[in-house]
Amino acid sequence: MSVVAAAAAQAAQDSSWAQTVIFWVCAPLSVLGALGMVVSRKAVHSALWVAVTMINLAILYVALQAPFLGMVQVIVYTGAVMMLFLFVLMIVGVDSSDSLVETIKGQRWLAIVLSLGVGVALIAAEGNSIVGPAVGLDAVNAADGGNVQALARLMFGRYVLAFEVTSALLISAALGAMILAHRELHTPRSTQAELSDSRFRLEGPKGPRLVPGVYARHNAVDTPALLPDGSIAIDSVPGPMQARGALRPVDEPALDEVVEVFEGHAVLTAPVTPESSGDSDGEGEN
Amino acid sequence: MTTEVVQAASGVFSLAWLLVALPLFGAAVLLLGGRRTNAWGHLFAVLMSASAFVVGFIIFLSMLGKPAEERTYDQHIYDWIIVGKFQIPVTFHLDQLSITFVLLITFVGSLIHIYSIGYMAHDPDRRRFFGYLNLFVASMLLLVLANNYLLLYVGWEGVGLASYLLIGFWYARPAAAVAAKKAFVVNRVGDMGLSIAIMIMFVTFGSVTFGAVDAGVGQADSTTVTWLGLALLLAACGKSAQVPLQSWLFDAMEGPTPVSALIHAATMVTAGVYLIVRSSAIFDLSTTARNFVIGVGLVSLLFGAIIGCARDDIKKALAGSTMSQIGYMVLAAGLGPAGYIFAIFQLVTHGFFKADLFLGAGSVLHGMKDRQDMRRYGALRALMVITFVTFIAGYLAIIGVPPFSAFYSKDDIVRAAVTQNWFAGAATLIGAGITAFYMTRMVIMTFYGKARWEGDEHPHESPFVMTIPMMVLAIGAAVSGFALVNIGSIVSWLEPVTGFVESDPPIGDALLKVITLALVAIGVGIAVAQYGRREVPAVAPTAVSPLTKAARVDLYGDAFNEAVFMRPGQYLTRVLVFFDNKIIDGAVNGSAALIGGLSGRWRRWQTGYVRTYALSMVGGVCLVIAVLLLVRL
Amino acid sequence: MDPNAYVLLSAILFTIGSVGVLVRRNAIVMFMCVEVMLNAANLAFVSFAHANGNLDGQAIAFFVMVVAASEVVVGLAIIMTIFRTRRSASVDEENLLKY
Repeated sequence: MSVVAAAAAQAAQDSSWAQTVIFWVCAPLSVLGALGMVVSRKAVHSALWVAVTMINLAILYVALQAPFLGMVQVIVYTGAVMMLFLFVLMIVGVDSSDSLVETIKGQRWLAIVLSLGVGVALIAAEGNSIVGPAVGLDAVNAADGGNVQALARLMFGRYVLAFEVTSALLISAALGAMILAHRELHTPRSTQAELSDSRFRLEGPKGPRLVPGVYARHNAVDTPALLPDGSIAIDSVPGPMQARGALRPVDEPALDEVVEVFEGHAVLTAPVTPESSGDSDGEGEN
Repeated sequence: MTTEVVQAASGVFSLAWLLVALPLFGAAVLLLGGRRTNAWGHLFAVLMSASAFVVGFIIFLSMLGKPAEERTYDQHIYDWIIVGKFQIPVTFHLDQLSITFVLLITFVGSLIHIYSIGYMAHDPDRRRFFGYLNLFVASMLLLVLANNYLLLYVGWEGVGLASYLLIGFWYARPAAAVAAKKAFVVNRVGDMGLSIAIMIMFVTFGSVTFGAVDAGVGQADSTTVTWLGLALLLAACGKSAQVPLQSWLFDAMEGPTPVSALIHAATMVTAGVYLIVRSSAIFDLSTTARNFVIGVGLVSLLFGAIIGCARDDIKKALAGSTMSQIGYMVLAAGLGPAGYIFAIFQLVTHGFFKADLFLGAGSVLHGMKDRQDMRRYGALRALMVITFVTFIAGYLAIIGVPPFSAFYSKDDIVRAAVTQNWFAGAATLIGAGITAFYMTRMVIMTFYGKARWEGDEHPHESPFVMTIPMMVLAIGAAVSGFALVNIGSIVSWLEPVTGFVESDPPIGDALLKVITLALVAIGVGIAVAQYGRREVPAVAPTAVSPLTKAARVDLYGDAFNEAVFMRPGQYLTRVLVFFDNKIIDGAVNGSAALIGGLSGRWRRWQTGYVRTYALSMVGGVCLVIAVLLLVRL
Repeated sequence: MDPNAYVLLSAILFTIGSVGVLVRRNAIVMFMCVEVMLNAANLAFVSFAHANGNLDGQAIAFFVMVVAASEVVVGLAIIMTIFRTRRSASVDEENLLKY
């Protein structure tokens, strides 16, 4: 990344057509990113579009001889801030999507009109404010031996008070976030044993659902499984079939056999029938 | 118009404040003291009222001792309202006019206080009654002693309040409560006139003191003066129960009889006349206003008389009589300088004889277990002798038989009216005839004829505490006219205040007197023929002339008020309530519902979806960048 | 080489990321679209650094990466926690703020 940045910075300094190219590539992309953010239905998509905008802006900063700022933009903004956004989105609900229907009457077009008004006013106010070619930051940067050093001189020199204040701000922000996001536990946290226990108490013992055909001669979907005492496990048949009552009747001799196997009087052997090809019910003695 | 110098009160005259303070103190003690003062409250009230009379009499005597130009005093108590140019001091103005009123109010008032001790002896709320009486006396004195219109208004409102409290004294009685409310509301309409007048005065003259108004009225423009006069006339109508604001007076008879005697005969209802006479400077300058005054007086004169002819309730008949007599006074005041003094003269004599008549009626009521229907009286003259004699004194006075008092005062008015205005003159003459008729009817129905009462009345003479005031008033009714013309001239007494113009009737003074007396005799004769010779039916006959039917319902006064004011007013309130409920509430609730509805709609943005929220965020970003771009461009 | 082309690309990526964030419902995918948008931004930074002859853009891009990383950590932790309780990663489920 830094190599690209250095190259871009160099290119920007060397020839203005490089700067023009960079501009005419990055600017539309950033606008596109902003538009994408506004119109995306899913919140996560909006976050990604924002990231696009921000990276393009970082490149533009570098082109404008502010490499430090460009890097800070990538690291802090795109990196930290957008990741924070994504984390919160995950907590709130990743698949939360806005419906496109506007509930407040007139909001949409009024928003567009007024914002366009602001934009036009801004452009009218400052659109032509820079007269003449840009002075460029070469001299300033060179005076202190580089952009970072020059910025450092400014920040710890002239703007040291603002610097201290913003650091206090950061600390308070962190504290604030901790306090706001903190969840007071009024009851001790349940352990897994307790959770499982409560589940069983409420719903009763429940193992995994029986697959159709277990303990039965047939493994068709509509053949219900048999429980060890010979009764039908109605839940082993899919719900709609249960509702329709489309159950294949149980084989009576097979049933007796199962009971004998269960009581230990007999041993199960695989019958040679076309239906049971492939599947072995030979579970051995139970 | 005053031709005298106003002096600051000193010596005896500085006791003027006691005139208001003493009865006010009495009212405060009785009303605030509550039940603790029940035992001696009535006596205390009589003491306060009598002391006010004593002070007034002393001031009067001192005033008599001064020459005519030096009888005006102002006692400044304190400055009440000082707001820029609007300055209202509390100052008591003593001059001949106000002291006349003071003497009338305190003298008649004190007598009625004494009378009430007996009349209200069985009433558990007697103390409250005396408290209100004192309050009334204090307010009335404030009214006549004020030196500016706003302070007068305070007294004006005070007497209105006292009238309300006293008419509705037996507040548990629905009729009394409604009557009190009606009196207050109708008075309020008149009070609006006074408020407007005060406002016009302030705007025109910059001050509302009598002196400023009298001085400034010469320079004011004539429409302003006319409007002032009309506004003051409206106020006077309200207080003096003249048309169109007369409807409350008849309902006011729901109050105890001493109230009717004091307030609705002698004093409060004369406040309107006082106001007009006090504002003589204004009325002198406005013929239109004076004509309106004459018109109002004329109509009320006849109205009251006609109503008095048909009412069977003795107090309501006397109320009609009051309205009519005040009509005389108002008419006289409307005649200008020729009549002002006679209006006051009639006012004083009327105070005596009407109070006497009312107290007599009260005495009859007292003996007849408060039955007021004259058709149930009859033949009382043997059983209530003192009452009968005093009542007859008042009766002779009111119809103007010489030498009783109203012969002098009413004749002066007739003479002045005939001189100036044929209508007014004719009305006064006819009024005299009708007065004779209804008063004779009243006397016959009450004291003569057969005894028509059934049931358990035992008519008896009233106790001395009630009959002595009646006797004093009867003496006053008999001699006051003679005294005020021949012993001391009321004309020369009051002339410096109001001005006087001698009236020379075209048909001669003596002939006029003869015509008046002839009309009186005809009235008496008709009444005697109708009621004396025939039997008075115990139940009012229904087959009567339309005029009688109308007179029985106060000449449709109440019906008119109801149709013109009350029903539209009710309708207006209903419209306003409807408007308030549907439109204003509808708008408010509607906006709330609107917002609620809008929110209900917009709430649907909250779908709860993160993506729609994100969408709106993006939309916002778009918008922001676009705006930034536009700004930069 | 026109450096603007990088910026154009960055814008285009940003737009697409944005549409994705709004249209997708899964939380994690939405997150990824967010990451694309961050990357577009980083690209823009780096191209600007190159155009301007300056290392600052790169330093920033570096820190963006650090932060994005821490963001992813925490975000995913959250999503996981939600997922544990709700058993769904759809973003539409969390609609409790609905009226």
